[in-house]
Amino acid sequence: MTRQASAGIRDIAVVAFAQTGHRRTSDDLSEVEMLMPVLHEVLDRTGLKTSDIGFTCSGSSDYLAGRAFSFTLALDGVGAWPPISESHVEMDGAWALYEAWTKLLTGDADTALVYAYGKSSPGPLRDVLTRQLDPYYVAPLWPDSVALAALQAQALIDAGDTDEAALAAIAARSRSDATANPHAQLRGPIPHGEPLVRPLRTGDCPPVGDGAAAVILAAGERARELCARPAWIRGVDHRIEAHSLGVRDLTDSPSARLAAERAGAFERPVDTAELHAPFTSQEVVLRKALKLGDHVRVNPSGGALAANPVMAAGLVRVGEAAARIHRGESDRALAHATSGPCLQQNLVAVLEGDPR
Amino acid sequence: MPEVLKAPLVVEFPFTRSLGPVQSAFLTGLRERVVLGVRTTDGRTLVPPVEYDPVTAEEIRDLVEVATTGTVTTWAWNHEPRRGQPLGTPFAWVLVRLDGADTALLHALDAPGPDTVHTGMRVRVRWAADRAGAITDIACFEPYDGDPARPAGHSGRFEDPVTGIVAPARLDYTYSPGRAQSAYITALSDRRTVGERCPSCRKVYVPPRGACPTCGVPTAEQVEVGPRGTVTTFCIVNIKARNLDIEVPYVYAHIALDGADLALHGRIGGIPYDQVRMGLRVEPVWTEGARYPDHYRPTGEPDGDYDTYRELL
Repeated sequence: MTRQASAGIRDIAVVAFAQTGHRRTSDDLSEVEMLMPVLHEVLDRTGLKTSDIGFTCSGSSDYLAGRAFSFTLALDGVGAWPPISESHVEMDGAWALYEAWTKLLTGDADTALVYAYGKSSPGPLRDVLTRQLDPYYVAPLWPDSVALAALQAQALIDAGDTDEAALAAIAARSRSDATANPHAQLRGPIPHGEPLVRPLRTGDCPPVGDGAAAVILAAGERARELCARPAWIRGVDHRIEAHSLGVRDLTDSPSARLAAERAGAFERPVDTAELHAPFTSQEVVLRKALKLGDHVRVNPSGGALAANPVMAAGLVRVGEAAARIHRGESDRALAHATSGPCLQQNLVAVLEGDPR
Repeated sequence: MPEVLKAPLVVEFPFTRSLGPVQSAFLTGLRERVVLGVRTTDGRTLVPPVEYDPVTAEEIRDLVEVATTGTVTTWAWNHEPRRGQPLGTPFAWVLVRLDGADTALLHALDAPGPDTVHTGMRVRVRWAADRAGAITDIACFEPYDGDPARPAGHSGRFEDPVTGIVAPARLDYTYSPGRAQSAYITALSDRRTVGERCPSCRKVYVPPRGACPTCGVPTAEQVEVGPRGTVTTFCIVNIKARNLDIEVPYVYAHIALDGADLALHGRIGGIPYDQVRMGLRVEPVWTEGARYPDHYRPTGEPDGDYDTYRELL
């Protein structure tokens, strides 16, 4: 669904956002025990109860913690009786938000609860993520997520798009900004560290941790009742590139650029961008692809370099961008989420507050 | 609060996948030390080859042999190889554009150190000694300063093509069940069954999972239930499960422990399978050192009245 197609049909907004404190481990809690406080918090912000919600959609992956059907157990935290209208994506929660947004556009529902969670601590995340790769030619080699990001970083360095000092500066800025974010896992001055997979150092990589996030969407006047300054979704689009890394130009992200264009991001400048760039080098790619100038405030939350709960980190970007609009700190924000190796798939949402 | 329980959890499975005609030719070629690409209608040669053009989605079948030598297009130095990766000693991950190809292949490069690797360097395939028709038939790449290898113009047709791969996968986790289930398991070690009550609907869940699925609120009030209970429904198992030393037929039942609002399941023993019935009163049978009841057996009490368990079916 493009911005053009949706224009004039129905205005839909993010009206509330909540997230956990993201932690290295949450082994004292099951998934639902970690998630439930966030669901209650986001509902409390609007005064809604589960029974008031028209559609519920979530994003998670059982591979992360190695627990089959963990998403059905997580649903226990929602309170799904009498039966609710519900769906799940085995993707980052930003894609669950996309499904919920389209559901609201159809007019079938006026409100939606979207949540996502990920527990990376029980498993070897770098190896777990190899299971999403081409099973014939790539997965049997077990190239871990840091290695693939490092190939992209080297391609950027070779192209003259960045260097190790510039990447270190992105890491430092992100974690400095995160000092104002009580939910962040990594904040303040952090040593840039030793090479993990060269050219990437530990400081170029996201922290591994557990966390959850939730947002509530509402349509039209319902949004204004539930939120003093709704973050209106002006467009959302997502695009994917070829799965074979050797086919792609790793220094660019045509899929992110096209998603942004279809979401209407280039029609007027944004003042804020929350980018889901787990690795410093990926911010370089996204800034270029999304045409973000120096005037744009990028990742005031600290971004995924400060907290990267896999499967929730993209939804957190939408939530953080919306929350800045709620608080009056932004009038027009871009939120981005990514999935797959080296920014393979990208989602862009454009959010706006009412004029002040 | 009891200590956090943890246990190793290994998830391991062999993925058996069938191959399309292009994948089959490519992997069979590797077995025969031949590298094949596929030509797109606009004349590009894709290596590794795919069944459909990544740009136009056209079906592509025009196989063409490329060289076993090529050029590194990007690289990353891996000083700590992980399980399953192509080399056990430090190596470079590389994307290699083989001579004659327009796209690059991901693999490992065996090189003495990061200072010896650069984008643009020339490399060649090092074949694995044992080849079976898999991407790992290429052991890795190695530095190479000779002339480009000359492909022999293989047709891509083989006598005995591979038609599938078996890709083993193993992931090692540390499982922790969380607060509510930890308390349940800890109580079980004392042969007590402890559920949790929902503060809203008052139902007692056994085993507890920390949330009331009806109300969506945390359960915290612990309630000891059982040990006796009532069979609410059951089935007769006639197929022997692998690695399970139980004679068939046997009965597997839903059992509502006294005081619980959710039935758990367990095996029924101590009674012929064809005499088990709804309403049968049962109690757990523990074996020495066990962490949970081995099975449930009749108590000899009169059967429970249907109305006492109809809501638990």
